Amino acid sequence: MEWFSKNLPYLLAGVSVGGQYALIAIGYTMVYGILRLINFAHGDIFMVAGLMMVYLSATMPVYIAIPIVLVATVVLGFLVERVAYKPLRQAPRMSIMISAIGVSYLLQNLALYITGGLSQQYPAIPWISDVVSVFGASTKRVTVITPFLTIILVIALVVLIKYTKIGMAMRAASKDFETSQLMGIKINSVISMTFIIGSFLAAVGSLLFFTNYTGVTPTVGAMPGLKAFVAAVFGGIGSIPGAVIGAFIIGICENIIKGMGWTTFSDAFTFALLIIVLIFKPTGLFGEKATDKV
Amino acid sequence: MSNVLKVENVTMQFGGVVAVDNLNLEVNKGEIVSLIGPNGAGKTTAFNVITGVYAPTNGAVYFNENKIIENHPQGKMKKLYRGENNGKYHTSLAPTPDKITKLGIARTFQNIRLFKSQTVFENILIAKHCRRTSNLFTATFHLNGKEEAQMREETEKLLKILELENVKDELATSLPYGKQRRLEIARALATEPSLLLLDEPAAGMNPQETDELTAFIGRIRDEFGLTIFMIEHHMDLVMEISDRIYVLDFGKMIASGVPEEIQNNPRVIEAYLGGAADE
Amino acid sequence: MTKKKETIINVSLIVALLAVLYVMEHTLPSTAMIFTVLKKGAIYALVAVSMNLLNGFTGLFSLGQAGFMLLGAYTYGILTIPVEQREFVYMYYDGGIIHFSVPVVVALVAAGAVAAFFAYLIGLPVLRLKSDYLAIATLGFAEIIRAVFQWDKLGPVTNGSNLLKSYPTFRSVIFPFVVSGICIAIIVMLINSTYGRAFKAIRDDEVAAEAMGINLAHHKRLAFVISSFFAGISGALLAMYQTTIQASMFKSAMTYEILLIVVIGGIGSITGSCISSFLFIILSEWLLRFLDSEMYIGDFKVPLLRAGFRKVVFSIIIMVIVLFFRKGIMGTKEFSVRGIYNFFKKRAQRKNAVQGGDSNE
Repeated sequence: MEWFSKNLPYLLAGVSVGGQYALIAIGYTMVYGILRLINFAHGDIFMVAGLMMVYLSATMPVYIAIPIVLVATVVLGFLVERVAYKPLRQAPRMSIMISAIGVSYLLQNLALYITGGLSQQYPAIPWISDVVSVFGASTKRVTVITPFLTIILVIALVVLIKYTKIGMAMRAASKDFETSQLMGIKINSVISMTFIIGSFLAAVGSLLFFTNYTGVTPTVGAMPGLKAFVAAVFGGIGSIPGAVIGAFIIGICENIIKGMGWTTFSDAFTFALLIIVLIFKPTGLFGEKATDKV
Repeated sequence: MSNVLKVENVTMQFGGVVAVDNLNLEVNKGEIVSLIGPNGAGKTTAFNVITGVYAPTNGAVYFNENKIIENHPQGKMKKLYRGENNGKYHTSLAPTPDKITKLGIARTFQNIRLFKSQTVFENILIAKHCRRTSNLFTATFHLNGKEEAQMREETEKLLKILELENVKDELATSLPYGKQRRLEIARALATEPSLLLLDEPAAGMNPQETDELTAFIGRIRDEFGLTIFMIEHHMDLVMEISDRIYVLDFGKMIASGVPEEIQNNPRVIEAYLGGAADE
Repeated sequence: MTKKKETIINVSLIVALLAVLYVMEHTLPSTAMIFTVLKKGAIYALVAVSMNLLNGFTGLFSLGQAGFMLLGAYTYGILTIPVEQREFVYMYYDGGIIHFSVPVVVALVAAGAVAAFFAYLIGLPVLRLKSDYLAIATLGFAEIIRAVFQWDKLGPVTNGSNLLKSYPTFRSVIFPFVVSGICIAIIVMLINSTYGRAFKAIRDDEVAAEAMGINLAHHKRLAFVISSFFAGISGALLAMYQTTIQASMFKSAMTYEILLIVVIGGIGSITGSCISSFLFIILSEWLLRFLDSEMYIGDFKVPLLRAGFRKVVFSIIIMVIVLFFRKGIMGTKEFSVRGIYNFFKKRAQRKNAVQGGDSNE
């Protein structure tokens, strides 16, 4: 019990961070499922969403700024796909991955230019920034809300994918890209939709994440981005529930490690986990097996 | 007569699907033996087992009377296994394809797999790599000049024999289809095999090209002292050059014998006409 | 053109290059921008070529380059700090636990060897992974290495998150040129050997390569270890150039930069990687510098120009190359004396043929 109360803040933080990773991880896993592309720019889209909030909230009330940030992030995700990935659809996979790295580099440098490299103070969002007390541990309300909001969004997404026409098209495209095209699925709109959903969730994730971690720098997206990707791989890339579970596990483990005083290794742990998973179960917890035909 | 290749009780099961079911066959020295059967009968899977791409679920393969591959159902497969001879084999010997090639078994592929960015000459030269005696150090610092020269010389020789010298500096993929097939055979020969496995060498060829190929296969057998085991759908070619034929249907061997026997075998006729559609 | 003649021309070109460098060093002020460009360019050329060996020639998409450079840099620094300086450098760790130092050349080779050793260790499991999984696993490895080197428990060796400094560095631009030149020459010889052909075969078609008797695991690991060896040496050179080492320098952004250099030069072209390294450094350190400072033409303030704009322009250029000139500068071609000779010979022949006025056409 003593251990519990001592570690409760870390556990809470872990669940909360896990939820934020989950929201980012879904973007990775959906894009990978359809395009077989590690969207290296996804973490940076998350960062840009944070920056936009900083600048918008300086000129307008938060409740107007939030919807604008959500819409603008979605537009950004859509544009990145159209400009940087769509022209390379027939190119080798390495080219499109390089293009993703290029976009990431560009977004980071743009942010560096605009912010001048200084960490920007994230605005306090009323209500969710308030401090509350949970089992005697005081924390921001966002910590408590995050897991629930994440689960609600994920359920909505799963329903969308299972029961709507566009969801069916997405599932078909992730099974077999070419054939689904021949079956009359408009592949470009399916891919755009995937990026729109992914960016939207990343924007929500950024609202929650930065409320807790207040400083926005140009490279702040890289680490959560990579970790969310690890979560997606851990859960079995292409699987949404897998990504969510993976993200929670990583978030919790990472914070417990921090709690044990091994902060230096909290990042390294994530990657060690990744390498171990890839070696022993390359398809992740819920991934499908792929075989090469000779 | 000594057999070069012996496949013994080989079963290949993927999940619940038995692709090759208790296959037994032998290929003798100097023979040309064909494996025929409708699409999906498990012919290429059998090839993949022999060349080490898949470890069989159960059974053994012998090359020049030495056991080269053996396996028995393991792990999950223990419960799932639906084939015969369970419990007959106890060891697990599953060399990778490169080891099989070094033993002297070379193969071609059903869907041509050439090294796309390389010229005809380089495609063959690469295959010489597996017979090298140089190590990383001597090769990098060009201390293996003699061997390198010999590799190139042998490649030239192969090009000449296979009548590809006039295209030797062209990109492999720019060749017409028939020549790409021939280049694949040349590349396989460069690994200095004693047994050559051809996976549908005449696929996609017109009758004239098929005729040329028929003569060509006979010629390389004599010239290189080879034993040839091939999968083929062109019956003219199969009947003309095969010494013996094995027929596979739904993973099972349904007939074997000399071409005349096969042509008149009612089960074979049924498999082809009554079974799955065939080209 | 005979082979002998070609060798003579190549050797004399190298000698001429070194002579020019020598003369430049004795005439120009040592603070001239050109020297920064040349030094850094030579170092980046080596690391780009080593990455190209893996990504371009063997088809293994690895993103661990920064991690191996870090290993090389630290190995070099740790081994060469003079004994009498150690008390000062390792002041938080009682002078560290290493009380000897080795000559520069030995330390350079050791830098490569340590990187290669780690590559060997992680190569066993990681190289079985397919393209993008391999990329992310090697990226992860680099991050782990970076964290480990900052760990204060290892401080007596690595100096924790403090700087390593006071180790021998180079003054002359000729040093990095010679070291990089030798290393790149070895890589080129490797690529032209039978092993290099096997690497290219694996890149083109793994299944066929294996069927031709090429042991995939062995050859992939060879390429990985060799590439890491040279990345380690380039890391040591970078450490010498920077004069201090800190683990936080070797972020994944560094790997991305090197990857972009390889792409700009052409994936699968050694000379392409070299040219684009110098181009990259010239542009980012020199020619585009003006973009970072505010500028007035008369009373008119040129818009947009301020700190950071250079990198924005730069990344836009890179995106344009990635999207529209996918083959990069050289594609998979190489730049060579023989190539130029043949080019002019062909042109001359064509000219002659035209002038001859073949009336049959």
